[in-house]
Amino acid sequence: MAPPLLEVRDLRVEFPTRRGVLTALDGVSFAIEAGEVLGVVGESGAGKSMTGAAIIGLIEPPGRIAGGQILLEGRRIDDLPYERLRRIRGREIGAIFQDPLTTLNPLYTVGEQLEETMLTHLPIGREEARRRAVGWLERVGIPAAAQRIGSYPHEFSGGMRQRVVIALALCAEPKLVIADEPTTALDVSIQAQIIALLKGLTRERGTAVMLITHDMGVIAETADRVAVMYAGRIAEIGPVREVVKHPRHPYTAGLMASIPPLDRRVERLAQIEGAMPRLSEIPPGCAFHPRCPQAFDRCRRERPGLLDAGGTRAACWLHLDRAGRHA
Amino acid sequence: MTAFILLRILQAIPVMLVVSLVSFLMFAHVGDPVAIMLGQDHTPEQREALVRDLGLDQPVLVQYWRFLGNAIAGDFGLSYRLSRPVAELIAERAPATLELAFTAAALALLVGVPMGVYTGLYRNSWISRLFLTFSLIGVSLPTFLIGILLILVFSVWLGWLPSFGRGETVQIGWWTTGFLTWSGIKALILPAITLGLFQLTLIMRLVRAEMLEVLRTDYIRFARARGLSNRAVHFGHALRNTLVPVITIAGLQLGAIIAFAIVTETVFQWPGMGLLFIQSVGAADIPVMAAYLLLIAAVFVTINLVVDLLYYAVDPRLRADRGAAGAGGR
Ligand SMILES: Nc1ncnc2c1ncn2[C@@H]1O[C@H](COP(=O)(O)OP(=O)(O)O)[C@@H](O)[C@H]1O
Ligand code: SF4
Ligand SMILES: [Mg+2]
Repeated sequence: MAPPLLEVRDLRVEFPTRRGVLTALDGVSFAIEAGEVLGVVGESGAGKSMTGAAIIGLIEPPGRIAGGQILLEGRRIDDLPYERLRRIRGREIGAIFQDPLTTLNPLYTVGEQLEETMLTHLPIGREEARRRAVGWLERVGIPAAAQRIGSYPHEFSGGMRQRVVIALALCAEPKLVIADEPTTALDVSIQAQIIALLKGLTRERGTAVMLITHDMGVIAETADRVAVMYAGRIAEIGPVREVVKHPRHPYTAGLMASIPPLDRRVERLAQIEGAMPRLSEIPPGCAFHPRCPQAFDRCRRERPGLLDAGGTRAACWLHLDRAGRHA
Repeated sequence: MTAFILLRILQAIPVMLVVSLVSFLMFAHVGDPVAIMLGQDHTPEQREALVRDLGLDQPVLVQYWRFLGNAIAGDFGLSYRLSRPVAELIAERAPATLELAFTAAALALLVGVPMGVYTGLYRNSWISRLFLTFSLIGVSLPTFLIGILLILVFSVWLGWLPSFGRGETVQIGWWTTGFLTWSGIKALILPAITLGLFQLTLIMRLVRAEMLEVLRTDYIRFARARGLSNRAVHFGHALRNTLVPVITIAGLQLGAIIAFAIVTETVFQWPGMGLLFIQSVGAADIPVMAAYLLLIAAVFVTINLVVDLLYYAVDPRLRADRGAAGAGGR
């Protein structure tokens, strides 16, 4: 069987600080198949962005990958020298950031930025790059693309700029795009358009997406599978229907119960008492136990790995029985 | 664009008027120019004739008006000390100062910017630490001390470079240049280093700070995420974004270099405007001092204008005449 497009195995990311080493990601494992949309949800600080940054090798020093592996089509990419990894960024794995107002270089026209990206990765000349740049602006829905190619980022609205960012992420035709809260900074009225655009373009070309978001509504509509993160770990992962309709992990259950009627963002979980621990104060055992209504003895002592929970996999001792039976 | 330039020139006029007023007050009211010019032995008739010649019997406003008119025409009167037209004296000395200032500024930029970029990119390397330590020396040692130390080492001990003067110069029209002879270039080295060192370290520190700032921005992260080469990210994207503040400071510093050439010129007996100014101060040669003051003000005003124009060239956000904002979106 062909290896998955992307596989993350037991990933651990650490930040050495003056007061000891902080573990931002701890034993994160998941895979993304070609053409698949994996949603990643979780409260602010859960480690979603860190996971994306680790995959493209852009963790800010002094943070570093302290363990585990990242494989792209079966080849390890986490231990590549900078220059080799650079050729993968943009070309094999594209990225979309949160705030389109700050992601574009203010001193270059959108055309220049698109052309530069394509010329870096694709065996094409200037003429062709220019032609394709116009094509990309059209594709992402910029009106009068041929004229706007010479415009600077500040001449576009926020929504239009995020369209340009999407074009930039896709223009070298990567196999995977990591979209880190692509609509969080945008006006609510255009969030759906941007998600629809991203979904349409990636489906068309069979591009896989790692869609990081606060918005369970977006996940439910867009993702094939979803990973729920908590305190630098994956709490539950599985097909989106299962996770949304029948969450197996008490944290996911709380998360789903707290979804407001219309797709508003989940900043705070009304249903779950307390807050996610800071990195320096992650409790032993199950990181969720101080807030978990079903916590029992073992949860405080031993950390649960991802266990088969029937339909999804959940890092929760409640599913030990089933996992045990299957093993 | 044209309107922008005109506006800036209009804004410069009041500045120049104030400076000219100060110059004039100095010119007409500091000391007794008549006594200075005539010396000890003179008859009352001689004195009266000179007072009339200088227009000192006229009302102050008329005097100022005449001063202004003459200044615009490039006539700053006669030097008390040398009894020659001030404009002529300054024109003679200007090439020396301008060549020195130009060399010092080029040195500051061509060495300061790369050092700043390097220390910004590799902030923990030992070379960066060395540069930073060195820059502390450049910032904290007074100019005259640096000049004297350089003379001590390179002229007195090693005997490699001359300790004073401009060396041989070549006359091109009214301009005299030291760039075309070996001795002229050798004579330029120590004064240029002395004059440019402070600015060099300042520019280096500024570029470093700006680079550190810009490297943290989202668009640099995004440029990396797009897989652009390090060269493109560092120079195309990061350095270019540091240029606006660097141009401001570099521009102001160029003005400062010309103005503060006084100290360096004195240390190296460099026959420029600064040395002329110092000699004039010693002799209370007011017309020369007044003219020098006006000239330096004009230099600053011009540099400010050029800096504004450079901003305009570097940063598209300032070019407000382009059609703004796309359709749709937020
Ligand atoms: N430079 C850093 N130094 C120390 N901790 C960091 C740094 N950057 C992020 N973190 C921590 O890593 C954790 C994960 O952050 P992040 O991935 O941004 O969360 P999310 O994207 O899920 O909101 C957070 O607790 C955050 O405080
Ligand atoms: S392991 Fe225990 S504490 Fe953790 S979620 Fe499951 S029941 Fe709750
Ligand atoms: Mg985040």
